[in-house]
Amino acid sequence: MIDAMNVEEPSIEKYLRQDRLPHIWCSGCGIGPVAGCFLRAIDREEIDPDRIAVVSGIGCTGRVAGYVKLDSFHTTHGRAIPFATGLILANPELNVVVFSGDGDLVAIGGNHLIHAARRNIDMTVICVNNFNYGMTGGQVGPTAPLEARTTTTPYGNFEFPFNLPYLVSASGASYVARWTVLHIRQLEKAIAEAMTKPGFSFIEVIAPCPVVYGRMNKEPKGLDSMYYYQEKSVIRNGADPKDADLELNGPIVVGKFVDVQRPTLWDHLREVSSRAQEKAKARAKV
Amino acid sequence: MTEYQELTGKFFINGDVACAEGAISAGCRFFAGYPITPATEVAERMSTRLPQVGGIYIQMEDELASMNAVLGASWAGVKAMTATSGPGFSLMMENVGLGVMLETPCVLVNIQRAGPSTGLPTLVGQQDMMQARWGSHGSYEIIALAPISPQDIFDLTITAFDLSEKYRIPVLIMSDEVVGHMSEKVVIPHVAPESLLNRRRPEVPPGEYLPYKTDVGLVPPMAVAGEGYRFHVTGLTHDERGYPVMTADAQDRLIRRLVDKIRLNRDDIIKYKETQVEDADIIVCAYGITTRIAQFAVKMARDEGIRAGLLQLITVWPFAEERVRELSLQTKAFVVPEINYGQIVLEVERCAGGKARTILVPHMGGGVHSPETILEAIRETAQ
Ligand code: SF4
Repeated sequence: MIDAMNVEEPSIEKYLRQDRLPHIWCSGCGIGPVAGCFLRAIDREEIDPDRIAVVSGIGCTGRVAGYVKLDSFHTTHGRAIPFATGLILANPELNVVVFSGDGDLVAIGGNHLIHAARRNIDMTVICVNNFNYGMTGGQVGPTAPLEARTTTTPYGNFEFPFNLPYLVSASGASYVARWTVLHIRQLEKAIAEAMTKPGFSFIEVIAPCPVVYGRMNKEPKGLDSMYYYQEKSVIRNGADPKDADLELNGPIVVGKFVDVQRPTLWDHLREVSSRAQEKAKARAKV
Repeated sequence: MTEYQELTGKFFINGDVACAEGAISAGCRFFAGYPITPATEVAERMSTRLPQVGGIYIQMEDELASMNAVLGASWAGVKAMTATSGPGFSLMMENVGLGVMLETPCVLVNIQRAGPSTGLPTLVGQQDMMQARWGSHGSYEIIALAPISPQDIFDLTITAFDLSEKYRIPVLIMSDEVVGHMSEKVVIPHVAPESLLNRRRPEVPPGEYLPYKTDVGLVPPMAVAGEGYRFHVTGLTHDERGYPVMTADAQDRLIRRLVDKIRLNRDDIIKYKETQVEDADIIVCAYGITTRIAQFAVKMARDEGIRAGLLQLITVWPFAEERVRELSLQTKAFVVPEINYGQIVLEVERCAGGKARTILVPHMGGGVHSPETILEAIRETAQ
């Protein structure tokens, strides 16, 4: 399973908590390779690891925080983003990365996601989307396509899913991309871009959960499920996120959808703070 | 940072504003909150004052977010606070537990209103006292303080930050709408930064640091993000390394330490104030705004020749159980007025253990007791 994280590239071993391996993820799970891309992105981009803070919520992806040898916080279900908000506002020198799953970030934590995007706060959110709650055994998630089978939609999902790139870009994110787990180079590059870009960056990674979601929806098993997602994907950089809806067994539109310069929360906050200090100073002189 | 940091002098301000000023004097430089009556003025004051002193004020999208942002800020090394009331307090509960589990210094102010649910948003209650103690799931200890006036909330906010830093725990200020909204004289002294307590920092190099390894006492030194310690912390049951360990043994070790770091230091934490208890046949046990009415009632009772006294709980949690136990051996009865239908009275009764009678004087909320109501209870008890 370590190979799924591509540890043969020596560069990322130093970022792993070796004393915590082997990890808990099932074989063929898409989460490990995403973590691998993240760590290689840090290494390639030479981002100071001492300044990175990784924050996760709850769920299979939420366990990423526990394996990376970085300052890392495994918080409560849905609350990784507000926790990360506190970190970055209290220390703007930090490079804060939220690493969590679709259920955590978009269902229970959905409100925080859109507000963080609205604020355009300096933060990178990596959302591993496997369409279901893997840790609790495969219940339907807010991104599960219509008709998808899960342990709580035994007759097919009757709810419409979120289109995450559309949601997050409409909320104000500066950077929005979607890749599948086997778009290793693109994903690595996207993470590097997101981490070095001011403002709110969001990367959705379509990743298989072969043991639950994949099995229930008759996806190919093991590594083949990763190839399946990759084969289904259509690269359309710059596509309008509104056209990036996902359907069961349908094409997966991937690419970098949004990469714009917008003033960030810090830009405004700094301005307002210096205004407050000027005022206080003027009053003190009177 | 600058000379504008502190306002010193005499002011006529309400309890919410005094609380915010206490936080600034205590070195708080981060506030995340969500508007809610009757705690909103704390947030408003912080939104004015924090930018002046180089701090951060942010209004979050809800109370869940507020509590988490406070925890995050604390882990970035900044003293942090939030303020709320009834419904918001309920929403914060899960992450008070995270604060306890990660051992995160921070302060949570509850300007109590009457509940349950939306209840009486603008009117007083003391109805979250048991929630303060037990509101988050799991077995844990917490610290909660109950101020009785704007001056008191200023002073106790500083105490709250000191205790939270010393014991690495969220500290609750369990105030109420009347204290929050009443304006009185508040003297703001110069608070020397050296007089404030700060969390102990690790003295070992990063490679040797274990986030939950204790050295002296039961409270481990705390690294913060961005310093190179590369630590991991989790809300899961964990060992000294901060790593999750899913066993009953690890749970036993961790929970004992989290609880004992407060229980075994209760003499340092617990503060109360006594008036005329030495010869008292009846002791009124009160906290928060109710204390001030109880003071009148006790005086009126004395004037009538009834030997009454007053025990004011400044620290409500951990509960002053040893003192109540001692007093129960020398007094005939405790009279417990509170703006709820019986919460702290249960603790008093437990500690009195049948040695002294315990009489509740409830008020359902929306107002405070009249001194006569408490006096009447004292009289009846004295018969
Ligand atoms: S349950 Fe699914 S998401 Fe969770 S580790 Fe297993 S494969 Fe991965």
